[in-house]
Amino acid sequence: MVTEPEASLITIDNQKIPFKHGQTIMDAALAAGIYIPHLCHFPGITPHGNCKHCTVEVNGKPVTACTTLATTGQKIRNDTVELNEARKSLTQMLFIEGNHICPSCEKTGNCPLQAMAYHLGMLEGHYPQQHPVREVDASHPTIMLDRDRCILCSLCVRASREVDGKNVFAIAGRGIDARLIVNTPSGKLIDSDIEVGDLAAKICPVGAILIKERGYDVPIGQRIFDQHRISEIGLENEIVKRAPSDDP
Amino acid sequence: MAESPHLLHRLYEIQQKHRYIPDESIGEVADQFGLPISQVRAVVDFYAFFYTSPRGDYHILFSNCTSCGYQARGVDLLQLLSQQLGVSVNQTRADGRVSVHETSCIGLCDHGASLLINGIPLVRLDPAGIWQMVGLIESGKPLTEWPQAWFHIDNTLHKRGLLLETDLSPGEGLQALLARGWEEILAEIVQSKLRGRGGAGFNTGLKWRLCKEAVAEARYVVCNADEGEPGTFKDRMLLQQYADTLFEGMTICAHIIGAREGYVYLRGEYRYLLPHLQTILARRRQTSLLGKSILAKTGFDFDIEIVVGAGAYICGEESALIESLEGKPGIPRSRPPFPVTQGYLGQPTVVNNVETFIAAAHIAYKGGAWFSSVGTVESAGSKLLSISGDCAAPGIYEYPFGVTLQQILQDCGADNVQAVQVGGPSGILIDQSAFHRRIGFEDVSTGGSLMVFSDQRDVLDIIYQFAAFFAHESCGFCTPCRVGTTLLKQNLYKIVTNQGTRYDMAELQHTSELVRRYSHCGLGHTAANPILDGLQSFPQFFERRLIQRDFSPHFNLDAALEEARRMTQRDDVDAHLEQDIE
Repeated sequence: MVTEPEASLITIDNQKIPFKHGQTIMDAALAAGIYIPHLCHFPGITPHGNCKHCTVEVNGKPVTACTTLATTGQKIRNDTVELNEARKSLTQMLFIEGNHICPSCEKTGNCPLQAMAYHLGMLEGHYPQQHPVREVDASHPTIMLDRDRCILCSLCVRASREVDGKNVFAIAGRGIDARLIVNTPSGKLIDSDIEVGDLAAKICPVGAILIKERGYDVPIGQRIFDQHRISEIGLENEIVKRAPSDDP
Repeated sequence: MAESPHLLHRLYEIQQKHRYIPDESIGEVADQFGLPISQVRAVVDFYAFFYTSPRGDYHILFSNCTSCGYQARGVDLLQLLSQQLGVSVNQTRADGRVSVHETSCIGLCDHGASLLINGIPLVRLDPAGIWQMVGLIESGKPLTEWPQAWFHIDNTLHKRGLLLETDLSPGEGLQALLARGWEEILAEIVQSKLRGRGGAGFNTGLKWRLCKEAVAEARYVVCNADEGEPGTFKDRMLLQQYADTLFEGMTICAHIIGAREGYVYLRGEYRYLLPHLQTILARRRQTSLLGKSILAKTGFDFDIEIVVGAGAYICGEESALIESLEGKPGIPRSRPPFPVTQGYLGQPTVVNNVETFIAAAHIAYKGGAWFSSVGTVESAGSKLLSISGDCAAPGIYEYPFGVTLQQILQDCGADNVQAVQVGGPSGILIDQSAFHRRIGFEDVSTGGSLMVFSDQRDVLDIIYQFAAFFAHESCGFCTPCRVGTTLLKQNLYKIVTNQGTRYDMAELQHTSELVRRYSHCGLGHTAANPILDGLQSFPQFFERRLIQRDFSPHFNLDAALEEARRMTQRDDVDAHLEQDIE
C-alpha cells in the first residue's frame, strides 16, 4: 500500500497535526503541543480512560482521546465551550465525591486536580458533598496514603505494575464505594515493597499518596501551579520507561 | 456436581461453608490460584453476592424490582418480614439465624413478589405467606419441609411463534451442519439476517465471520446468560426448557469459528438452574454431541463449561462478562478492540445471548429464508418478550418483529395503561401517545423486558427505583457514571420526598445528559434514560411534588446537628433548628 503524506493527519479544532501509526489522539496532540485536559493519563503508561476529562468529539461522537487511536482524517473538537463545561462538571464530581480541603492539603499548588479546577473556571463544588468515610493508612515510615483525596484514577496502580515492576495497588469495590486497596495480606502499605523512589509513590495527581516528612518544603506561592497553568504542565511529554518485567 | 475450579466458584464454595468469606481465606485462595491478594479482594468486594461478614442460616434476598419486588399491593413485605423476625434490613440477626437483604431483579417478574432464600427462589409472596415464613424460620425448619408450592416456578408461555413452535431434536442442527459444511451454514445464518437478541442487535453472521477471520491461537464461544435487565425472564424459561437447543447453537458456532471451548456465563440469581444444565451437558457428552470428535467427525472437539456470576448487572455487558470469566471484577473494557477480535484471554470470542444461539440452531436446520420470512426488513425473525407488571397475563410471549405495543397490551390483558417500560430501566419509557410504536431494532428495541404500568402507579416512584438500581449497579470505573448515578438517585430522592424545587428538576436534566454522554459503557449511557423520558413524557409527576421555593438545601439542617446533640447529650428545643415545613 502506498502511504500518502495526507494519510497521517488529523484535525483538532481546525488545526491539522501529524500522527504516527499506533498513536492515540492524546499522543498525537501532546506531540503537537495541543493540550487536551486529562487527569488519569500519563505518557508511557497504558491509558485507561476513567476520568473522562480528555473526552473529545470525533465526527460528533464523544470518545476519550487517551484510548482512541488516531486515524486519518479524523475531525476532532477539543477546546469547545460544551466540552469544557462537561469537564468542569466532571471535576466538580471528583471534588464532592471525596474530601478535598485544599487549604489544609500538602498538595495544594502542586495538585493537578486543583489546577484543573482553576483551568476550567470552577468556582464551587456545585453538587452535594458526599462526605465519605475513608481509611487513612499511615503505617509506612515514608509514604502516606490518605484515601480522602483519592479520585480513583488508578495511575498508582498502573505505574506500580508497569514502571516500578511491582504490584502495590488495586481498585476494589463497586460504584460510589470503589476504593484504593493495597496488595498485601494486611492491606497496609507498610507490608508492601513500595519505596519513595517509585513512580507509584510520586504519580498521584491529588494528595492521596504523599511522601512523609517533606511537608511544605516548597513554600506556597512557589509551587508548580502557582507558576504555571495545567495546560502548560500537561503538555510535558516525557514518556516513562516501562519495567523490564512488564509485558505491555 | 463438581464445578470447575473457577475463582468465582471457589469463593462461592468458601462462602457456603462459612456463610461469608473470611479474610484469611482470601489469602489462601490467592495462593491457590496464583493471583495477587488484591485481585481476590477486589473480586470479593465487587460482586454483590460475596460477603465479608457472616450471613444468617436463612439468608434472604428480596428482589427490589418493580415487577417481582417486595411491594405487594401496598404492603412492604421486606419491612413486614424483617420486623416480624426482629432483624434490620441488610443485617444478620444476633443469633445468626437469619439475614434479610434486598437485591436487584431476580428474574421472577411473572411470579409476583419473590425472593431468594439460600439461593432458592420463593415466589408469589403475600403477607400471609410472610407470617408463615416467620414461623418456619423461628422453628428452624429446613427448606425441604417448607410448603413446596412456594418454590414452584411455572413458565407461562402465552404465545408461541417462530422459535417456540418449532421442534428441534438434539443433534439435528449439528447433523445439518456436518452434512452441508460450515460455509453453507454460515451463509444461512448471514442470509437469515439474525441480529443479537441481547438488545444491541449486531448482525450474528457477521460477528461469527469476523471471529473466524481473526488471526488467533484459540477462539471461544461464550453465551451471555446474565439476564440482569429488570423485567427480563425469558432466558430463565429458555434455560429450563430449551437448554439443548442453546448448547446446539453454541456447538454449531464453535465448529464455524473453530473454537474448542465454550462458556455459559449464568447469572448468580439463576444458580438454581445449574444442576439441570449440567445434566443436559452430561447427556450431550454421552451422545457425542459434545466432547471429542462430535458425531464422529474427527477434529470436531468442543465442550462447554458453566461459570456462575455473583450478582453484578454490569456483567451482562460483554466485555465486563469476559473480565468476570477471567476471574476479575466486571469492569467493561475500552472498545475497540471488540471481543470478536480480542475477547476471552485476549483471543477472538463470540459472545451471544441465549436466544440468539437458539435461533442460530434452528436456522442451521431450517435455513435462513425460513427465519427471515418473519419480521420486518431491519429486524428479521421473532422476539421473545418477558411481560410483567399491571396486566392480567404476565409471562412469555413470542412475537414476530414489528408487532405494535397496542397489540401486545391487548394480548396480555392490560387495561388503563399509563406507561410501558420497554427494554428494562436501560430502555425506553413510553406513554399512551406512542403505543402505536413497533418492537424492532428500527423502532423500539428491547432485549426482552416489557413492564406495564397502570394509571394507579406513580411514575416518579418507578423512576426513582430505576435510578437506585443504576447507582447500585454502576461498576465505579468512570467518573460520570460512578458519581453521576449516585447524584441522580439523591437528586430524585429529594424530589420524591417533597424537598425538591424547580432548580432540582433542572439539575436532574443536566446531570442526566452528562451521564448519558460521557460515560464509559452502555450502563452509563442508558442509566439516565428513565429520568430523561420521565421529564419529557411525565413532567407532572415531578412538578406536583416540588415545593415552591427557589432553592432548598441538599441536606436537612436539623438532622445534620444530630451528632452534636448526641455529643452534648442534649435534645431540648433549643438544640433543634426550626424547620419550616410547607
